[in-house]
Amino acid sequence: MGDKVRVAIVGSGPAGLSAAAHAAARGMSHVLLEKTDHLSDTIYKYQKGKHVMATPSNLVLRSDLDFEAGKRETILDTWDRQVAEGNVIVRTNAEVTGIAGTSGAFTLTLKDGSTIEAEAVVLAIGTQGNPNLLKLPGADLPHVQYQLDDPTEYVDEHITVIGSGDAGIENALGLAADAAQGNVVTILNRRADFARAKGANVKLLEEAEADGRLWVRRETSPVEVREREIVLETRDGQEVIRCDRIIARTGSQPPRAFIESCGVEFTSEDRAAFPRLSPSFETTQPGIHVIGALAGYPLIKHCMNQGYDVIEFLDGNTGLKPADEPILAEKFAGLPGRRSVDEWLETFRSKVVILQELSPLQMRELMLDSTVHAYDRGEVIFTRNEPGSSMFAIAEGSVLVEVNPEDPSITVPIETGSIFGEVGLISGRKRGSTIRAAEPTVVVEFSRLAALKLLATAPSANRAVNRISIERQVLQIFGSGLTPADIAGLVEAAEVVSVPAGEVVIVEGAEDKDIYIVRVGSMVVEKDLGGKPVFLSYLPAGSYFGEMAVIDGSKRTASVRAAIKSEVIRFPGEAFDALLDAKPEIRTRALADMAARREINDFIESRKASFGGAVDMYSQTAQFLVDNGLGEATDVLLIDEQLCVGCDNCEKACADSHDGLSRLDREAGRTYAHLHVPTSCRHCEHPHCMADCPPNAIRRGPDGEVVIDETCIGCGNCQRNCPYGVIRMDAKPPPKPGLLRWLLFGAGPGPGEASYAWRKRKAAEAGENAKLAIKCDMCSGIEGGPACVRACPTGAAIRVSPERFLTVARLEEKVD
Amino acid sequence: MASLFSRRDGAAHADIDKRRSASHESFLAHRAFFWARVAGFMSLFVVLTYVLVDVEPRHNGGSWYGYTLGTLGAGLIVWLAWLGIRKRRPTPGSWSLKGWTSAHVYLGLSLVVIGTMHTGFQLGWNVHTLAWVLMMLVILSGLYGISVYATLPQALSENRREMTREQMIESLATIDRQLETAAQPLAREDADRVIAALEQDVFAAGILARFRGPGSRDATRRALQHISTDRAYDDGADDLAQQKVRALLGKRAGQIDQIRRQMQIKALLEIWLYVHVPLTIALLAALTAHVVSVFYYW
Repeated sequence: MGDKVRVAIVGSGPAGLSAAAHAAARGMSHVLLEKTDHLSDTIYKYQKGKHVMATPSNLVLRSDLDFEAGKRETILDTWDRQVAEGNVIVRTNAEVTGIAGTSGAFTLTLKDGSTIEAEAVVLAIGTQGNPNLLKLPGADLPHVQYQLDDPTEYVDEHITVIGSGDAGIENALGLAADAAQGNVVTILNRRADFARAKGANVKLLEEAEADGRLWVRRETSPVEVREREIVLETRDGQEVIRCDRIIARTGSQPPRAFIESCGVEFTSEDRAAFPRLSPSFETTQPGIHVIGALAGYPLIKHCMNQGYDVIEFLDGNTGLKPADEPILAEKFAGLPGRRSVDEWLETFRSKVVILQELSPLQMRELMLDSTVHAYDRGEVIFTRNEPGSSMFAIAEGSVLVEVNPEDPSITVPIETGSIFGEVGLISGRKRGSTIRAAEPTVVVEFSRLAALKLLATAPSANRAVNRISIERQVLQIFGSGLTPADIAGLVEAAEVVSVPAGEVVIVEGAEDKDIYIVRVGSMVVEKDLGGKPVFLSYLPAGSYFGEMAVIDGSKRTASVRAAIKSEVIRFPGEAFDALLDAKPEIRTRALADMAARREINDFIESRKASFGGAVDMYSQTAQFLVDNGLGEATDVLLIDEQLCVGCDNCEKACADSHDGLSRLDREAGRTYAHLHVPTSCRHCEHPHCMADCPPNAIRRGPDGEVVIDETCIGCGNCQRNCPYGVIRMDAKPPPKPGLLRWLLFGAGPGPGEASYAWRKRKAAEAGENAKLAIKCDMCSGIEGGPACVRACPTGAAIRVSPERFLTVARLEEKVD
Repeated sequence: MASLFSRRDGAAHADIDKRRSASHESFLAHRAFFWARVAGFMSLFVVLTYVLVDVEPRHNGGSWYGYTLGTLGAGLIVWLAWLGIRKRRPTPGSWSLKGWTSAHVYLGLSLVVIGTMHTGFQLGWNVHTLAWVLMMLVILSGLYGISVYATLPQALSENRREMTREQMIESLATIDRQLETAAQPLAREDADRVIAALEQDVFAAGILARFRGPGSRDATRRALQHISTDRAYDDGADDLAQQKVRALLGKRAGQIDQIRRQMQIKALLEIWLYVHVPLTIALLAALTAHVVSVFYYW
């Protein structure tokens, strides 16, 4: 094969195959080089019978090869047949070891020493080559592997799969598929949600979990690999489980060295960066193109479209628009300036700091999950205390932050290219201030899921968001008077530390001087009084602690420990001290501010003797409530069992306010000191139920309530994910006869939720409804608020938010 | 420590905050005894005016003063009875059933004064006095209700030990299954006792049984006593089986007691409503008869 071809395509995955097929169809001279002896090695290596997804479903396929969701075998057979029929020139066992030359005259050297001349090169080699290696003690032990070829190979083993992506989930499911194999399979996920995996895979995983076929450990990460066991860091502390084999599927890195040796530049030094590409997939080395996973897009459909597109571009069709063009065009239609999709994408990418490293392709992917808005001067983007967990980036214009709730005229600007709303995303708490557009402004709003995906896949964006959020929180502690420049050193020295539930961050009486900000989760403050910890207060995400020691040089006056698994930002005390030394006026003001905080300590100290049992009771009650989810709650229903007569009017009112089904179970749940936490939604800061909702039907309502909207498909993921068991799956019953008809004539089942038998009988007459997920919506949209509380005749039912309820002030409050 | 005195309170969502901090006080103490004060002042006012207002020839329901009190009392009675509807209709709006209950209790008590002053102490064997008697009986039953509502919930909570009704029944069923298996190796006489315990429907005895509460002698206790008396237990297989059955019978007796106590407290909390509500209906009927007859014989 000494002839020169127009294009040499390296790699025969979906992208390369599609490119070669299109080149063949266009009659372009080509050769497809594949290092193994079969086509599409990545899919070839999928487990036998694996169901291959065809997401995103709203994207049209543009390729000479067919592809739709189906079994691995069907897809490979189709491609093999179509490649043969289309007279695609394929060379297998042809691993390319080097590419030399320039556009129009490249020489590709193969492993066997032969060479190929080509005018242009398309690299479609994917990213499978270099899996990310585990970096923990014992990771070099022989039972750690990064590939699973045949899951049926292993029997009677305790296998731990590390990685929450599709590969990890599919491996775990494969290993656990046949119970006869006797494998005990555990899959670890660092986070609570499987944001990086496909919805259908997550669903299968959860079904397997519910059936008890495998163990899913969320918010768990490996710490150490040992012979026959693995040490895990969980929400509740360290744990050691048996483990005979570890399959690590924590993603992969592009085979960067090889590509760089061809003269191709990457977007950054970052390990996870992608090659810098033009919109026609051309790299910085003219004539060499990169498509597929290596270009930053791992989905098959996208790869195939890119294969088609790159050949079109090479053939001179420069006006070709990507397949997702119409979807994006519709999104951008409302923006001013009549710019094209490409212009907008480039505007966003070049202007917004956290997007600068993304390739045009990643930009397209991100924008598919995001929304864009244009605001006029003075228009409010969001208001203080509004719930919201999306993150915004300013593409054009600027915004003003109202830093002082009492005086909206005091504002701090955020300039073009920066972000805002990141606190809501990270902490799960309400918006801290109102934000207005300072001028005509264009912003990109990343949904919670899109933002999490961006932070997970673009490390530089993650670092930028961290830095900005830390800087803003520091500025907030000291209010005005400091500029970002003043605290640059402090921010540089800051460190994000994750704290398992129960771990002590600050020890009372210690002399360390570090300062902390609660980033995720919550903390409890305790003071030791006669050998017993006294619960002082509850610190929600966004609070800071430990500053007293720095400001006045005292010892730690109380202990602080994590209520739930949390993340704190730690600032070294010395850096802080240096800042205060440089700005004596700030130290003075901080001391004055601290007076109020001192009161709480004095209060406790002065009452030491008289408190006695009351303090114990209060501390234990507070601890009980934290144990029962108040630590991550935003609003909880509590029942004072000294007042509850058990009439169940709360449940009845709940059912009658919501389609005849109660969303609370009064009797179920834990009780301590007559304070009962019924089975009812806590409206968590980071709702576990939101983690894996395929239609994205769970969101936060205007008052912070977590609600499921009508797009629920009844999959039951949220029910399985809720640690408090407050979501039920049930069908909406037909309407009941009215109250007076029941009262006077005994028609229907009466107030409250009708019995199961009645509902079933009536549903049979009226036609069955699908079982959907239902949960407390805090009576969103119902005037007067939660019906459970309004309908309690004795005042036993109360709704509380933790920071209001868990205060030491309650010690003095008499409850009758 | 920081953030104890939070800076995050916002004014924009004040109503939500207000709702969330829904004052933790009982229906009796609602709004710092607002309705107690209203009812108290009203009663005091009625007593004072009764003494001070000079009605000729004497106080009676037919004077202008009597009519005023009568109208007020009848209005109150109808409104108080409306609680039964209010309670069962969770319509939107910023009403609070606790507030209603509080007003119901105190205004209901004030009826003792208003109703009695309305009669001018002219009582007799007639439909008018019937209405007054019924009203007093309703108030008396209500007083019982207040007393149990104030004292029993704590006992209910303590007895429940975090178990729901279903869990208690399930627990009993579980013990029964274990008992059935454990009793297999027992001697005939012992086994018969256990079977008798299992077969007895412990909750079928009607209203009186609901009030009897725990500790009553039933087949379970008899079996327990039988298997516990005059026996010294060894490590032999027979003895071990007997010991296991004894432990299970003890558990069963305890579980039945918990359920019985639950039923008893609930019965005590509910029984008065079976007097209060029908008497209220009767009162409304008698009141109608009273009002109609008064106007008929004007």
